[in-house]
Amino acid sequence: MTTRRFWVFIEQVEGNVHPVSWELLGVARDLASQVAAEAEEKGDAVVVEAVLLGDKVEAIAQEALGYGADRVYLIDDPVVAYYRNCPYYKGIAAVAEKYAPEVFLIGATILGRDLAGAVATALHTGLTADCTGLEMGEVRGVKHKLLLATRPAFGGNIMATIVCRQHTPQMSSVRPRVFPMPEYDPAAEGEIIREPLGVTEAGALTCILEFLHHQEKSVDIEYADVIVAGGRGLETPENFQLIQQLADVLGGVVGASRPCIDAGWIDSAQQVGQSGKTVRPKLYIAAGISGALQHKVGMQNSDFIIAINSDPQAPIFEVADVGIVGDLFQVIPAMIAQIEAYQQEAAT
Amino acid sequence: MFHALVAIKQVPDTTNIRIDPETGNLVREGVPAIMNPYDAHALAEAVKWKRKLGGKVTVVSMGPPSFITTIREAIELGADRGILLSDRKFAGADTLATSYVLAAAIEVIHKEEPISLLFFGKQAIDGDTAQVGPGVAVRLELPILTYATKIRAVDLENGFVTVERHTEHWVEVVETPMPTMLTCEKEIAEIPFAPLPDLIRSLRYDPEIWTMSAGPLEFDKQQVGVLGSPTIVFKMGTPPLPEPGEKFNTREVGVEKAVQLALDKAAAAGVLQAVLGGAQ
Repeated sequence: MTTRRFWVFIEQVEGNVHPVSWELLGVARDLASQVAAEAEEKGDAVVVEAVLLGDKVEAIAQEALGYGADRVYLIDDPVVAYYRNCPYYKGIAAVAEKYAPEVFLIGATILGRDLAGAVATALHTGLTADCTGLEMGEVRGVKHKLLLATRPAFGGNIMATIVCRQHTPQMSSVRPRVFPMPEYDPAAEGEIIREPLGVTEAGALTCILEFLHHQEKSVDIEYADVIVAGGRGLETPENFQLIQQLADVLGGVVGASRPCIDAGWIDSAQQVGQSGKTVRPKLYIAAGISGALQHKVGMQNSDFIIAINSDPQAPIFEVADVGIVGDLFQVIPAMIAQIEAYQQEAAT
Repeated sequence: MFHALVAIKQVPDTTNIRIDPETGNLVREGVPAIMNPYDAHALAEAVKWKRKLGGKVTVVSMGPPSFITTIREAIELGADRGILLSDRKFAGADTLATSYVLAAAIEVIHKEEPISLLFFGKQAIDGDTAQVGPGVAVRLELPILTYATKIRAVDLENGFVTVERHTEHWVEVVETPMPTMLTCEKEIAEIPFAPLPDLIRSLRYDPEIWTMSAGPLEFDKQQVGVLGSPTIVFKMGTPPLPEPGEKFNTREVGVEKAVQLALDKAAAAGVLQAVLGGAQ
């Protein structure tokens, strides 16, 4: 009997866990269930496990059990109090070599991207970046199911499904908000196993001298409930003010499609799409965005999508729950007025 | 001596990519090939430090012979030496196999002339994986600083570099021993206009071409191209589309009515109440 291990890296900074870690525990649980029947037939066990590094972070390990991990490998060491590439990748690679996970998922955050390529190279295995779909499926010539990792390719115009046939772990990075947050079970039980880091401060190579805090906080669109996004149809950067007004009325934030970022109209932190951020707000309003596949993959999981475009054939309408064909410079002011009226009505 | 190694890639200019409205496919004809913009900014920073400290900038790239134009462009921007790693056996490489070829070549270059700093773009705009830089750093056992935005100081005497890099939370000021690899954001340096002598030199420049066997090293054929790539494309396709929602045309029903009908749908789905917190 073998144990098929589905691993998730838990990203924490100063004790704050990036929510993508929990989202990935949800995905790992789902993937594990997809091989349950096959494993039972062979008498194999299937487990979801988390890998956590930090200094005095056992409370987070406990939380990982609540989000679905059966077991947490904890490397608790002052050398990894703050993230640095070398001690992190070496510590993780050593644990992975010891336990031989079958699948290993890492959030495609700035930290996760720094880490994932290093871990995959150290383990000499394949890594598929920024996956938008993951499933365990049959591949001809392979006796057990493999991870089928789907991501947009060729400028985001076609979806490619990538497999890693002969190497393990099969690694994928996944951006925040591509998958939903799993339920938290405070009563969940599991094992916490401490592992050594195996890297001393001298072996860490880099030394962080200081942290400069960001001058201005950029707009956080990833976890916003409402996003109003503008595209090339706005014609000029000044017209983002109109988008901002609608976002303000709805208590939301402003997003944008890639041409607006390329033209320098708006900060790249606000870009929605394959080369920007993936979002799943309760309400997404796309104004003057044609809807290239690379944009759609970044927003199609939103709960409700309203598209506004003068071209009735614009692909954005394919993913919209409701569409308005018309001039956004007429439609948005009308929408602002009607929402304000709706709010007043609701307040009385 | 200061010796900067810059890794560059030629990419299709994605800002100019068009989609065939009939087939939904990428129109490749007429899409210009450019130097990956992040690489160009990384190169500009390397050249800036060369001009300050004296020394040399070597660029290296893996790709087909058409990449020669991009290497010439690097010479124009101030690089001194250009090496193209080109062999049909390199084709079909994923990021692991790419990092092998680059690391093997960089090791040889380092033996010829020790490298102080390695500059990579933070990612290439055609794949956006950001995996090759960290992969090369691990293979060469070098410290790596990703998302670098500024080099504060290069201390050749003591062999240290001080760099600012950004993360999701803050900007870190980090010191590392050289050689170090940086993967660079665009902010690291502006791309300057090429001085005339560099421009003239670039027109006549023929990069060195290292193949599987022609060149100063022999690559391990098990580790390059398709053979050296653990990942393969299993299938390609366009994603299935959900059932599209209803469309209201302002020309048919008027602006006010179209907006009202759309908001009614959002209200019926409970969305407006959820985001506005209104009671209904």
